[in-house]
Amino acid sequence: MVITTLEELEELAKEQREKQSQKEIKVCLGTTCLALKADELKDELSSELKNANLESSCSIKGVGCNGLCAAGALVTVTDTKTDNEIIYQKVKKSNAKEISESIKNDTVCKNLQCDTTAPFFTKQKKIVLDNAGIIDPESINDYIARDGYQALFEVLSHSHSEDVIEEIKKSGLRGRGGGGYPAGLKWETVSKVEATQKYIICNGDEGDPGAFMDRAIMEADPHKVLEGMIIAGYAVGADVGYIYVRAEYPLAVSMLKKAIKSAKRLGILGQSIAGTNFNFNIEVRLGGGAFVCGEATALITSIEGNRGHPRQKPPHLSDNGLKGEPTVLNNVETYANIAPIIRNGGDWYASIGTERSKGTKVFALTGQIVNTGLVEVPMGTTIREMIYDIGGGIPDNKNLKAIQTGGPSGGCIPPEYLDIPLEYESLKEIGSIMGSGGMIVMDESSSMVEVARFFVDFCKSESCGKCVPCRVGTVQMEKILTKFVKKEATKHDLEMLKELCSVVKDTSLCGLGQTAPNPVKSTLKYFENEYLEGMQK
Amino acid sequence: MQKKPVDARYKMVERTMKKLGYERDALIETLHSAQETFGYLENDTLKFIARKLKLPFSKVYGVATFYHFFRLKPKGEHTTVICTGTACYIKGADKIIEDISKKFSVELGKTSTDGKLSLMGARCVGSCSLAPVVIFDGKVLGHLNGDSSIKEVERILDGNNNS
Repeated sequence: MVITTLEELEELAKEQREKQSQKEIKVCLGTTCLALKADELKDELSSELKNANLESSCSIKGVGCNGLCAAGALVTVTDTKTDNEIIYQKVKKSNAKEISESIKNDTVCKNLQCDTTAPFFTKQKKIVLDNAGIIDPESINDYIARDGYQALFEVLSHSHSEDVIEEIKKSGLRGRGGGGYPAGLKWETVSKVEATQKYIICNGDEGDPGAFMDRAIMEADPHKVLEGMIIAGYAVGADVGYIYVRAEYPLAVSMLKKAIKSAKRLGILGQSIAGTNFNFNIEVRLGGGAFVCGEATALITSIEGNRGHPRQKPPHLSDNGLKGEPTVLNNVETYANIAPIIRNGGDWYASIGTERSKGTKVFALTGQIVNTGLVEVPMGTTIREMIYDIGGGIPDNKNLKAIQTGGPSGGCIPPEYLDIPLEYESLKEIGSIMGSGGMIVMDESSSMVEVARFFVDFCKSESCGKCVPCRVGTVQMEKILTKFVKKEATKHDLEMLKELCSVVKDTSLCGLGQTAPNPVKSTLKYFENEYLEGMQK
Repeated sequence: MQKKPVDARYKMVERTMKKLGYERDALIETLHSAQETFGYLENDTLKFIARKLKLPFSKVYGVATFYHFFRLKPKGEHTTVICTGTACYIKGADKIIEDISKKFSVELGKTSTDGKLSLMGARCVGSCSLAPVVIFDGKVLGHLNGDSSIKEVERILDGNNNS
């Protein structure tokens, strides 16, 4: 079946909603819950439902990441009639019978129930993740039932490409990969370039250690990414898209490939989409585990089948991108924001967040914190709210020492800045960056010099080797940091380290080298005493 | 003309190239498919790919060695992959690496001399809430320490995969 009009799409959505059984069990099959054997739990629950003859009144499905990974495995039971939703946490295979009985008797398993009135749930605002943990990522119908692809059909039947770009500009959406460049402007530049071939690329090469936002989006709601890319293609006049995903994310790769296949079957991808003369195809390309390929020019070189070396900019991708053609490159989360913006309007999106940073941001909250997991908050939420309300504070009564954001390109934020809002500029002002959304919490037991060395070591082994400052500088920085860790450093080492920081930052070719000193600079700034302790007595 | 490879597995690799029209930019996809089929990338495999895609061998070798994901040597009988992402690092992944390498005398990134165990590091597997995470023969386990990791390694080496 091919869908050609908005009416047909809405019809399918309605049909799908009516098909739903009264009760539904959703088992989180995100990476963390899978590691806790959630797949076996799901099978056990199905057979328990069968035993209790509940198959017709209660359906069961696997869903993507629910967010509260610390309480996995997570099972959600929803009642479509009463709109009641119960989340069960830390569910084991042995709890399956209990849950199936509670469904039969219409009761709640109090001992497993998760408190959904906790700030972890109430302080979040889900736009990007609104389907995560609710739909079956393998089912396009599930996505359509939640208004999926409506934005695309709306755009194709009623809007010009300029209107789409205008709407995105109005929304104030900025690149979620870390740079924060306004997405609307990027699209506009590419749309104005005259060329017979243009490309859309989605950067899913999430390489920051400690970050898994994009992975969760691709695994839990792959169609949202596709929809965003197709709309981008329409807006700038491109007909081919590539999603560049890490090969280390096999589940995300398979979800995306399945999603592309089922979208093609419904005519949402391919030739003459929605009965118009607009064509669009998407292909998945696997990365090879090189952090530098998250850099735009390196990523493009890699898609072309080469070693992932970055190149000098300009020329910018908008003129000279993939295969020398104008290219729009955005990150997974940026594309996932597109459909909701088109559906609800740019003004709606712009009403969320702060003056300079609009909308929401997904963070991966990890490290020494109670509620590890995936959270989406409005821009401008303070770090304090993030750590103490949503994150539930530091375990074992320990004190907070620092928050690391932005991965190897970011910095460590000391507790005195807990009240600054999370937005692009304010984080930059205190020497860190928003980055793609990794947020690692460290308590008093962490040594900041060692953390700095960890990141420099990371950049050292990920340096592509093309330019000298990065290739050689990171090696030297790591050597000096090791001296500090061993408490053998001298005054000269400290000066040298500071000098290296500025040389590597100023003279490296690409973002990897330019930002590699950030973890050292920020720890030097806020935790200098630890460096002093690392000097010879 | 060189002899045509007889190994049927080459067909799998060839299929990927065919799908992508034997274009030069099919190289990385082809390497992925070759590694999936053969387990690692041998010189002969790389030469085969170079010939088919009309690329110099140096280029194919260069790309294969650039990306961490590609292995040019066979894996050991069993693998232990330790996540070295930030969250795992903070929660003591380096201690686990140290303990396992000492106990089984195998360095990170290497295979033990008897070919039984490969010890690898991964750049964040994205299960940070389970940190520190180790993947034993494809099975992800979290909240580990040195001792419990050693026990798991012993378990997979014993061939008992149904703990």
